[in-house]
Amino acid sequence: MKVSLTVNGARRTVDDAGESETLLQVLRDHLGLTGTKNACEQGECGSCTVYLDGTLVCSCLVLAGQADGAEVTTVEGLSAAGAAAVQEAFVEAGAVQCGFCTPGLVMAAHDLLAHNPDPGDDDIREALAGNLCRCTGYQKIVDAVHRAASPTTTP
Amino acid sequence: MTALDTVVAGGRVGERATRLDGYPKVTGQFAYASDLHRDGMLFGATLRSPVASARIRSLDLSGVAGSPGVAAVLVAADVPGKNRFGLNFDDQPVLADTVVRYQGEPVAVVAASSPARAWDAVGRIVLELEPLPGVFDMEEALADGAHRVQEVGNVLRHVHIERGDTRSAGADVWVEGYYETAMQDQAALGPEAGLAVPAEDGGVDLYVATQWLHADREQIAPCLDLPDEKVRLHLAGVGGAFGSREDIHMQIHACMLALRTGRPVKLSYGREESFHGHVHRHPARIWMRHGATRDGRLVAVEARLLFDGGAYASSSPAVLGNAATFAAGPYDVPHVRIDGTVVYTNNPPCGAMRGFGAPQVCFGHEAQMDKLARALGIDPVDLRLRNALEPGLSLPSGQVLTGSAPVREVIARCAALPMPDAEPLEGRGAFGYPGGTGNVTRGEGIKRGVGFAVGFKNIAYSEGFDDAGSARVTVRLEGDEPVAEIHTAAVEMGQGLYTLLAQIVRTELDIDRVVVRQADTAARNTGSTSASRQSMMSGGAVQMACAQVRAALFERARSQAGAGAGNHELSVGRGWVNAGGHPLARVADLLDEPVSREAVYHHRRTGTFDDKGQGDVHVCFAFAAERAVVDVDEDLGLVRVVQVAAAIDAGRVLNPLGMSGQVEGGTAQGLGLALMEEVQLSDGAIRNASFTDYLIPTIADMPPVVSAAVEDPEPGVPYGAKGVGESPTIVATAAIVAALRDATGRELNRAPVSPDELAGLRPPAATQGPPPCPDVPGQDPVPLYFQSGSGQQRLM
Repeated sequence: MKVSLTVNGARRTVDDAGESETLLQVLRDHLGLTGTKNACEQGECGSCTVYLDGTLVCSCLVLAGQADGAEVTTVEGLSAAGAAAVQEAFVEAGAVQCGFCTPGLVMAAHDLLAHNPDPGDDDIREALAGNLCRCTGYQKIVDAVHRAASPTTTP
Repeated sequence: MTALDTVVAGGRVGERATRLDGYPKVTGQFAYASDLHRDGMLFGATLRSPVASARIRSLDLSGVAGSPGVAAVLVAADVPGKNRFGLNFDDQPVLADTVVRYQGEPVAVVAASSPARAWDAVGRIVLELEPLPGVFDMEEALADGAHRVQEVGNVLRHVHIERGDTRSAGADVWVEGYYETAMQDQAALGPEAGLAVPAEDGGVDLYVATQWLHADREQIAPCLDLPDEKVRLHLAGVGGAFGSREDIHMQIHACMLALRTGRPVKLSYGREESFHGHVHRHPARIWMRHGATRDGRLVAVEARLLFDGGAYASSSPAVLGNAATFAAGPYDVPHVRIDGTVVYTNNPPCGAMRGFGAPQVCFGHEAQMDKLARALGIDPVDLRLRNALEPGLSLPSGQVLTGSAPVREVIARCAALPMPDAEPLEGRGAFGYPGGTGNVTRGEGIKRGVGFAVGFKNIAYSEGFDDAGSARVTVRLEGDEPVAEIHTAAVEMGQGLYTLLAQIVRTELDIDRVVVRQADTAARNTGSTSASRQSMMSGGAVQMACAQVRAALFERARSQAGAGAGNHELSVGRGWVNAGGHPLARVADLLDEPVSREAVYHHRRTGTFDDKGQGDVHVCFAFAAERAVVDVDEDLGLVRVVQVAAAIDAGRVLNPLGMSGQVEGGTAQGLGLALMEEVQLSDGAIRNASFTDYLIPTIADMPPVVSAAVEDPEPGVPYGAKGVGESPTIVATAAIVAALRDATGRELNRAPVSPDELAGLRPPAATQGPPPCPDVPGQDPVPLYFQSGSGQQRLM
């Protein structure tokens, strides 16, 4: 199956996607964009979170065919979109340990801040409740989002 | 894979240092094992047993022959060398040969041109099994006539610790309790994965996410019938571990397929397979009887521990040794009798998980201390303070605490941490109530409770292991700038070790630019990233190597300066070797040739148990106390953990940011076992092998964790620092369940606590009483008496 999509601003075509393959597999296995992670592959952990036509999705729950013609932004494309502040905040706040959940959390935090530039703790908890992290206990992730919202104040 | 290079200045020992792999991780550039790729690589897939106990009648591969893209199908007969491996004993087949002993046991492996083709081929293999009886209950494993899981029988190890005489302890008050903890999954987000690349010399290079490269090789090489030097391991990015990567999973399979096909082979598990592909935390049944005098002096502890080791030994013998020595808690108890048994069953193998035997017994001894406090009418924190261990006192195993043991300090410090701000019962946001955004209460039916727990953990390996740390530090010029490079076999799995090693180098050599080379078996064995040991062991080796590098620089400076150096003591700082505080030679000018030194750090030697379970078996200890505050909605059995306060014995804090990250993350895993995490089994089969059905805490479940470090340096240890990776997990479960008991008044003797138990719909876990102590030759693991080979010990 042929799938054409725009990934991080570049037009990409995959000629041999399987019919049951997902957008996650297209990104990781066909396009070599392994920043998007594969921790549960059933939409529970959020590690594979990307923007699909501007909407936050679990790429493991999107069939490759559904992404045909779509515009996709992955963690690799966030910096180009001017979102380095979120990524920097995760490093500075200590919100990264093993880092496997981090790309998904960075995407979700980016989306939250785009809709709510100054979220409270509960806003953050609600927005990130679909992303599992096994290392940090989440406290520094909350710190990171606050830090990204107002980069000048140090939590 | 490239070295982890850091250009972040600063970050010396004791300072808040951000991760040196932080930027690659937040931008998606960091290469985890499951991200690896080689042109022309094949993909592996594994056929696993669908049942827990059966004889293999036949294995028909004819359906796979000629399948498109399939390069190899391998079964037990294809294992080039020994078809057995294991951490403590080689009792586990690479591929099952005659019988299968647990559901999910590997039977055959396939390599094909795509994952889909590999899985299609696995589906074409016809595995015919003849059902065998199975043992799925750890008490049944001890019954006469029980199905024997292994030839040596079902007792894997029994440890007996006896001091004084509990019958003549002079106790005025006795309390008894029975406790159960469930099988917990490490649930590291990164799946088991690796890439095996065949080499021209007939050997293989394996890129893998593991916790100990050399122990892997020790087990892999004999199975491949290759000498060690032809099996080269390289660390791939590790997406968390928590004990789950101590054992072999895909390593030997991928190497076999690569050697057979002559092509690189990648094996990467999915989530369901991951639940079958690694060991779990042992489920435990614990009977305890505590005796105290009326004035609150703990005088006797009797404990019977039973741990389910599952089908293969893994590290169960060592887990049991820990559980037995910690069963009385960090308290001074003159009369003790502890009997611990770990058994083989046809359940999934259990082994290492953060805490390694300590969380289970902490759940028991802390519940007992609360019971005792109630029986005596003494404040529970006060009772713990009265009985706390201190330097000079000894454990039930007779080991005298010679190092730092700030038990009272962690208790007092934790108790003094601020309680959560008072909240009115009405008008909170959704996250202010049990059930969260489920909006199931507005404050009606809510009860608050507070619980407290103290626990401890040994650091580094015990019972005579000499698990030395090793590192090489090289200083060379890049342009005009001195750069320090660290090369070790130490595994960074997310906890922040490499950042810490770089901090040590910056501190010792005052060189800002530090590069950590990819860990591999070309470096000397430095032991496992586990047992809270790497800060001490690899950290110690790096510190020693730096001292040697410094000495070499001084020697060069002296010979360059001639008499100018005088008799002044030399030091290094700001790019100069200084004599008596005055610049003597620029470090950069001393590096025409790089300076490279390797050092090995040994911890103090430990002993083994005698026949009464007495022995100086542990190196040193880290203590922790946590206090949990919970709200319980008793109508629905829902919980909101409001706050956890933690006081952690760190010896000395090397990186405050890394430390609080360990405390918060470790507490989260303890919270998981308290409230939701359980691998559910039915006739040995895992019923919930997914993140839909096996729940781990989300950001909505985690309360704020208020933590404080207690700094009481451990003598004779680099910087006096103790690892903090495990102790928070150990106490969190006990503290949270204690708070639930306080809120509800219910017994709650099983972790995780279910909503049904909180709502009073399910009775406490029941017991017929402790099982008999098995008849064993001695304190050693039973397979040793049958001359089974030992695994890790041979590395030392």
